[in-house]
Amino acid sequence: MADGTGSGAAAVDPRPLFGAYGIVKRFGSFTANDRVDLEIRAGEIHALLGENGAGKSTLMKILYGLLEPTEGVVTHRGEAVRLRNPEAARRLGIGMVFQHFSLCENLTVAENIALVMERGLRRGTLAERIAALGATYGLHLEPDRPVWSLSAGERQRIEIVRCLLQEPKLLILDEPTSVLTPGEAELLFTVLERLRAEGRALLYISHRLEEVRRLCARATILRGGRVVGACDPRAESAASLAALMVGEQVREVAPGPTTSGGGERLRLEQLSLPAPGLHATGLRAITLGLRGGEILGIAGIAGNGQAELFAALSGEVPAPQAGAVRIDGTPAGHLGVNARRRLGAAFVPEERNGHAAAPGMSLSENVILSRHATAPLTRFGLVRRAAARALAGRVIEAFDVRKAGADPAAGTLSGGNLQKFVIGREIQAEPGILVVDQPTWGVDAAAAARIRQALLDLAARGSAILVISQDLDELFEVAGSIAVLHAGHLSPAVPRTGTTREAVGLLMGGAGGPPVAADAAASGRAVTRSEIAHAP
Amino acid sequence: MSLDTVQMVLVTVLTAATPLIIAALGELVAERAGVLNLGVEGMMVFGAALGFAAAMETGSTLLGALAGAGAGIGLAAVFGLLTVGLAANQVASGLALTILGLGLSGLVGAGYVGLKREPAPLLHVPGLSDLPGVGRLLFGEDAFVYVGLGLAVGVSWFLWRTRAGLILRAIGDDPVATHALGLPVRGVRFLAVLFGGACAGLAGSYLSLAYTPFWAPAMTAGRGWIALALVVFASWRPARVVAGATLFGGATVLQLHAQAASLGLPGQLLSALPYLATILALVLLSLGRRQGGSLAPAALGRDFTPHR
Repeated sequence: MADGTGSGAAAVDPRPLFGAYGIVKRFGSFTANDRVDLEIRAGEIHALLGENGAGKSTLMKILYGLLEPTEGVVTHRGEAVRLRNPEAARRLGIGMVFQHFSLCENLTVAENIALVMERGLRRGTLAERIAALGATYGLHLEPDRPVWSLSAGERQRIEIVRCLLQEPKLLILDEPTSVLTPGEAELLFTVLERLRAEGRALLYISHRLEEVRRLCARATILRGGRVVGACDPRAESAASLAALMVGEQVREVAPGPTTSGGGERLRLEQLSLPAPGLHATGLRAITLGLRGGEILGIAGIAGNGQAELFAALSGEVPAPQAGAVRIDGTPAGHLGVNARRRLGAAFVPEERNGHAAAPGMSLSENVILSRHATAPLTRFGLVRRAAARALAGRVIEAFDVRKAGADPAAGTLSGGNLQKFVIGREIQAEPGILVVDQPTWGVDAAAAARIRQALLDLAARGSAILVISQDLDELFEVAGSIAVLHAGHLSPAVPRTGTTREAVGLLMGGAGGPPVAADAAASGRAVTRSEIAHAP
Repeated sequence: MSLDTVQMVLVTVLTAATPLIIAALGELVAERAGVLNLGVEGMMVFGAALGFAAAMETGSTLLGALAGAGAGIGLAAVFGLLTVGLAANQVASGLALTILGLGLSGLVGAGYVGLKREPAPLLHVPGLSDLPGVGRLLFGEDAFVYVGLGLAVGVSWFLWRTRAGLILRAIGDDPVATHALGLPVRGVRFLAVLFGGACAGLAGSYLSLAYTPFWAPAMTAGRGWIALALVVFASWRPARVVAGATLFGGATVLQLHAQAASLGLPGQLLSALPYLATILALVLLSLGRRQGGSLAPAALGRDFTPHR
């Protein structure tokens, strides 16, 4: 029936709902879009695929009126239109759900929605329309809540409701599931299917190829700013889609070791920390041990204590007892970041710009920032710039970091390349312990495969690695065992082979309850089994 | 103390508070849009000089007040071009604006030092203004006082009841998100800065046309800085700006009376009283009301440059 609506509309009007032809967008000498053609029909979910920097965001911003193309034309039902600004796009029926939500945190839900509604709309009327739409699509919102108090899923609901109130004909979604729990993502898919069945067009951008294969009937693939192909994702495998995006077969990552003969290198013993802020999570009696050669994956939805755990491991926040954190047996709970680095640990935080790297400083200066304690980069307190440049050069070569210029500012690198650089910088030190938070967040498939392989190789050389990630596919690819962080509790680690994505997903949602003080591995398995039994 | 004495004290409190109310409300609007203009003192003192000069030349208090507001707008336009248009550092530009305003006011006012003119006329409503005890306070002020109070109501209404006010607050909270929705971030910010300048200039002209009807160099005596502090401690809320300014005015009058009565306390300590009392009260007001989020406009002081 859904297909009937779509093909019926197409039969009445053979012209595409929206078209973009010969789109060229240049920023200075850089060409972000090079003669891109795209046709979107009513009643279809159209996927836009491509690596970081392939030009997806630029194309979307042109369709939403945020950027004007250097050349080319956008059409609506076959007629050329000029989208001077988002308001013009909205008037034509184009709505957009942003990846990094475009919401004002200190305004309420209703105020954020009112920002784009027509003039003269009364508050009561708006609240009624929000409630009516929520009832129709199952997108419930409290209009008077301030946005800062809402979860990522609720925030996305605001964006979607805000678009739907404009009665859009085309809805553009940029990486909509990147911050959602599996349950929230399911709800989103139901809404999207329904919108498609209503005859609307959806342009769907995602790194998660399984989602694209499930939702989309057509895909346009961008590489280096050009359209390199179109396909029916349902007829492709995730691997063949990835190959189309990258232009080569993405290297399969060799599976990680599940056991190891090394001694224990990292130990957390009953590590508890109070929540550092109102919206942060405290850590509750976290205990774990990690041997050389092991990779432990810590799954969990953002905001369940990942940032706090990382800070406690790196030494940015000292532990209450020195023995709560042991690095190769040495009590390190009271030590700062550099002292822990000297013990052989290395850390890669989640945020590339501003935490892992200073965006305004050059790559060689960024090497000094994290390596001055562990590499011969200073002499008598003076910086040895040549040594820093040489070290940066070795990292750049080993990890194939693409950059412009000899020693550019870190902020000028694309996300994937900067991530390869900050991870390579730490791995180059051959650390005994590596703690990585979100190693491949927002990184394209090729760079992600390279980073994961580097982690596996480091573990094979005898290091202990702790990977904090929201990406279950990633954890099942690299980690030997997996534990789940929920509300500051860490579930017992279970071997990757002894659990499933569904079981871990349920624990991420809090289905595991508070950890029981029984034998760690046994209770962990018991919980996962019972959850599988109850899973729908 | 007779009823009329009480009334006269309250009248002096209100007149001391008025320039702070007007200047702080203007700065509040600019900061709600995310622009921190530290040049209030400079715009205020230039408004005082130009306002007095214009009033002397034309003989009209109204034209003087308009010239004062225009002086503030002129300086604010320079600041706006630098910080909103060219994304220059707001703190440095604001400090430079204060120095520029002090210099320009000395230049414009040089020929008017020592001259006096009649203060701005007081309202007179037959019957009402002569009511014992309250008539002078409620119905016998000069126009600036009513403008200041009307401005407080107007700014409140604008910020929380109109679409334009909502957009302005959204821009002060997150210019990137607001721009992504297609709203004119830089245009709104520039207008907010101009409004702040108009208010600061008007507040300055109140000093030289009504409060003490003559021009003296640097006659604002730091009131621009107090207005800036009031905005922060009033947690960017117009009603609290009025309350804070009134408290400040009250403490000023109180310390004058205390000094006259020679209580034996050092005069410097008494002179500091208004500042201490205002800061203390407003800190207490801004404590512990929110569970999260931020009290200040989240993007305050952050420049914004769109890609196009």
